[in-house]
Amino acid sequence: MLAETLRLAVQAIFRNALRSALTMLGIVIGVASVIAMVTVGRGSTEQVASDVRKLGTNVAIVVPGQGAMRGGPHVGTAPMFTLRINDAVEAGVAAVAVSAPISQTRERAIFGSANRMTEVVGTDNRYFEAARWQVAAGRLFEEGEVRAGRTLCILGETLRQALFGSGDPVGATIRIGALSCRVIGLLRSKGASTFGADQDDFVILPLAAFQRRIAGNSDVQTLYVSIREGAAVDAAREEITRLMRELRRIGPGEDDDFEVLDTRQFATMLTGITGILTGLLSAVAAVSLLVGGIGIMNIMLVSVTERTREIGIRLAIGAQARDVLAQFLIEAIILSMLGGVVGILAGLGLGLAGARMLSVPFAPDPLTVLVSFGFSALVGIIFGFFPARRAARMDPIEALRHE
Amino acid sequence: MAEPPVIVLERISRVYGTGEIAVRALDGIDLTVRAGEFIAIMGPSGSGKSTAMNVIGCLDTPSSGNYRFMGVEVAGLTRDQRALLRRHYIGFVFQGYNLLPRTSALQNVELPLIYRGRGRAERQKAALEALARVGLESRAAHDPGRLSGGQQQRVAIARALVGAPKIMLADEPTGNLDTRTSVEIMEMLRGLNREGGLTIVMVTHEPDMARYADRLIWMVDGRIARDEPTPGIA
Repeated sequence: MLAETLRLAVQAIFRNALRSALTMLGIVIGVASVIAMVTVGRGSTEQVASDVRKLGTNVAIVVPGQGAMRGGPHVGTAPMFTLRINDAVEAGVAAVAVSAPISQTRERAIFGSANRMTEVVGTDNRYFEAARWQVAAGRLFEEGEVRAGRTLCILGETLRQALFGSGDPVGATIRIGALSCRVIGLLRSKGASTFGADQDDFVILPLAAFQRRIAGNSDVQTLYVSIREGAAVDAAREEITRLMRELRRIGPGEDDDFEVLDTRQFATMLTGITGILTGLLSAVAAVSLLVGGIGIMNIMLVSVTERTREIGIRLAIGAQARDVLAQFLIEAIILSMLGGVVGILAGLGLGLAGARMLSVPFAPDPLTVLVSFGFSALVGIIFGFFPARRAARMDPIEALRHE
Repeated sequence: MAEPPVIVLERISRVYGTGEIAVRALDGIDLTVRAGEFIAIMGPSGSGKSTAMNVIGCLDTPSSGNYRFMGVEVAGLTRDQRALLRRHYIGFVFQGYNLLPRTSALQNVELPLIYRGRGRAERQKAALEALARVGLESRAAHDPGRLSGGQQQRVAIARALVGAPKIMLADEPTGNLDTRTSVEIMEMLRGLNREGGLTIVMVTHEPDMARYADRLIWMVDGRIARDEPTPGIA
């Protein structure tokens, strides 16, 4: 009996193939958009996660001022750090493996007729260790070169491509603003970060060279801290904060004039974004499924009216109300589930295209796919019920008289 | 002991509407139909023929009176219980054939068996047999749209027969057919009655068709005016 009802429903759907397709469209669009967005969203999240991993799971960044991550006004009045503070943090906090001093600015890098505005970073070899940069060609700095502040530089992949194409930059001399420096190394590419920033678009000089020849001061803007494997990040942050307050001579009750940020704060921020996205998606899904459901109800009502005579015949030869109810309800459910399946396929296709376009991983969520399918079936049940009940309640005598 | 009558109507009334505008379509009908009878109901339009058929066919319930179908009191049954009676014991033939469009003759004939929960193979076998009884086994795969009126009515008869009903109710079965085809259909019904022992109640407005029955009920104004044997076929 159930097999018969299913067969009947499928027959009815394919008899009016075009109308059925148009009816499903609402559900298709709703499900497809949700699947596509979730897929791309998850891809981005995975990208972020992998970026954070690249950043190092146990990384903290110390910056002057407060509110840098909250998007508040970056307090420019807080004094910068110095190399001495950096080294004191590295030496004075047991949980800190390495602390790299960083200063940076934007400047034009020039080689021959090629040039590019890029990030110019002054630091030392500790940065490569803390941020897990690997050498693709050439070498890193030597101890003496850092101390002496030699005008040597190491390129990121993006800048290499801008200045040298696919050529070998090692040994060439480029200009950074007015400063000439010899390229001694090239770093392996890390690719774009989550926020779309190109992580490879930079040139690195020894800190002393940067301070003297480019910045004209002895400031350190950021401490890039790598925390030892197994050490508690929270405890390390507290210890860094305590030491920093001491070094910066901040009295009890005074606010910090610096901030210690760790990767979890990035994660928190991302979670927030994901939450907003999920909310929006739910709204889109709800509205489109509602619209799709109303479409199905509408067509099912038309179908019931059109087939009044058929219903009369079925009732006359012995169909009970529930037989007729099941027939039309199952038809509505199959229609909406079919819409769900088409939507899922379309959504996965769109998601794949979107992931390609944004160069994030293709990460479909099996749960979302399942839930979408379930919801489309549910829409069929809810919006198919009213037309089906109308069919089931028909008076066989009147239905048989229907022209 | 004789089999109980298939149908016993006692003082059956059917009133539509209430109060001043109430219409009394059936006004105290008494009628007994025994197994193997072939009855024709005639009467002017509005005399209550169709209402009587609907009540007998358990499609409608009387407003008052008793109706026993095979010994079961129908008046107190629910809609779904009446559907079960129709499903198992009653075959319908309509004036307008009422076959499902775009559905083969075979599938149309199978329909009642679907609601009896029979398996596909069994259904097809029974449906082919029923089509053979009306001489249409060669048209099993045809849609109603490709069959003549007479052929469509024969498919409808096969559909009514397929479940081996206790009674066949035919509502103006020849109303849409020309005389020659009408005679074919009536010959067939009479054959089913005589040879198959099928009980038939038929509504018609054509005296020539009523002659094929054994007993004629003449209705006027919701009442049975005459109940007599038919003159038979000349």
